[in-house]
Amino acid sequence: MRAGTSRRGRLAIVLGTMALGGCNHHQSVFAAFGEEAAGINYITLVMVAGGMIVAAGVAGLMIWAVRARPGALSLRGGERLILIAGGLIPALVLAALLVFSLPYMRPRGVAPADLRIDVTGEQFWWRVAYRPSDGTAVVSANEIRIPVGRTVLFRLAGGDVVHSFWIPGLAGKMDMIPGRTNDLPVRATRAGRFRGQCTEFCGLSHALMAFDVVAMPAEAFDRWLAAQRRPAVASADPGAALFLRHGCGGCHAIRGTAATGTIGPDFTHLAQRATIGAGTLPNNEAARLRFLREPAAVKPGARMPAYPQLPETEARAIARYLGTLQ
Amino acid sequence: MIGRLHQRFRALRVTLWTLIVPPTGWAAHFLFSYLWAAVRCAKTGRYVDAPAIFWGGTAAALLVILASGWIAWVQARTPGDHPPHEAGTDSDRLRFLAYATLLLAGLSVIGVVFTALPVLFLRDCR
Repeated sequence: MRAGTSRRGRLAIVLGTMALGGCNHHQSVFAAFGEEAAGINYITLVMVAGGMIVAAGVAGLMIWAVRARPGALSLRGGERLILIAGGLIPALVLAALLVFSLPYMRPRGVAPADLRIDVTGEQFWWRVAYRPSDGTAVVSANEIRIPVGRTVLFRLAGGDVVHSFWIPGLAGKMDMIPGRTNDLPVRATRAGRFRGQCTEFCGLSHALMAFDVVAMPAEAFDRWLAAQRRPAVASADPGAALFLRHGCGGCHAIRGTAATGTIGPDFTHLAQRATIGAGTLPNNEAARLRFLREPAAVKPGARMPAYPQLPETEARAIARYLGTLQ
Repeated sequence: MIGRLHQRFRALRVTLWTLIVPPTGWAAHFLFSYLWAAVRCAKTGRYVDAPAIFWGGTAAALLVILASGWIAWVQARTPGDHPPHEAGTDSDRLRFLAYATLLLAGLSVIGVVFTALPVLFLRDCR
């Protein structure tokens, strides 16, 4: 291959990769599905355009300055140029951009009737509690569903170390700090399945700490939340008994059973989630089995102990049982 | 009256100490803004609708900066040696210091205004 071709090829790969970035509608600031993210998108566009106009103006002035003949400006004219182009115009342009951007920093107003979702960052998963205005909590984990067209208040906290909560398509990121709560009001504008990610380094599996976000039509969301309130259906599955016998319930809760642990993620309706391990593996039997056997192989630093000593049939039965928790 | 003020100003002498008055005013206002917002939010949990103390502090900072800028503007025109005013004489040194103070005052006014603008737009402590 000639050098020229390969250079062109490399350029094509680089440009192609950059262009492919635009295809990401799953977790991207540019694929907004919420009003806050749309605002951030717009403000970014205006700032970049404004910056480009300023840069072009400065470059033009520099070209003119380099090419101008000596004496092209009088002393007074030069001083005036510096005052106007170097002082007044930048101050006014920056003030205009500042005034334009400031209203976007005003958080959305929240009414007491709005749905609140408490999300707590844990190493390396997300504790989720839906708190509708009637006060009862619906506990879940690692997947967040929100109604389209309604204001939702995320109340964020850190369970162990500092994490950060970011759903790029929905709103800006906000830190989750142990010992305090941060409020993030949002409103989704279109339904779909999206993704969020921890954006503050929190330990070995920080990069594997993600979650699915499902924006649903409001009525469908209400039905879903009502279904979530119900405990798990009693099961004669041998995996259910094994789950309890091996002590899984000491850390994981399955409402309606004797498993009431709160150290790890809630499993009551686990089968509805698309992924396990906080967005790390698909939610199928083989993946659940793999995670149960050796969590640290999937997620380094995960707090869950490994269970290599479980007989194969029993481990498989538990993994299968977890898949029945609709 | 203005004329007499001008004469008063000329009698003053800019030094390196007076040169830092405008940026010090800016810095003090910056610190004041953060303290004010932190104390308000810690005590009441929300902004006030008419933050009189904040606007008072901002006006005071602007007043100090504008006054020192005006004094500097007058002193930068002190008659004395011949142009281009870049010799190592007392008069030219004064003009230089005064002019530098004037430019710093301009920058500090912009800084104070930019620091204060968010208060017009933000309405709570989140």
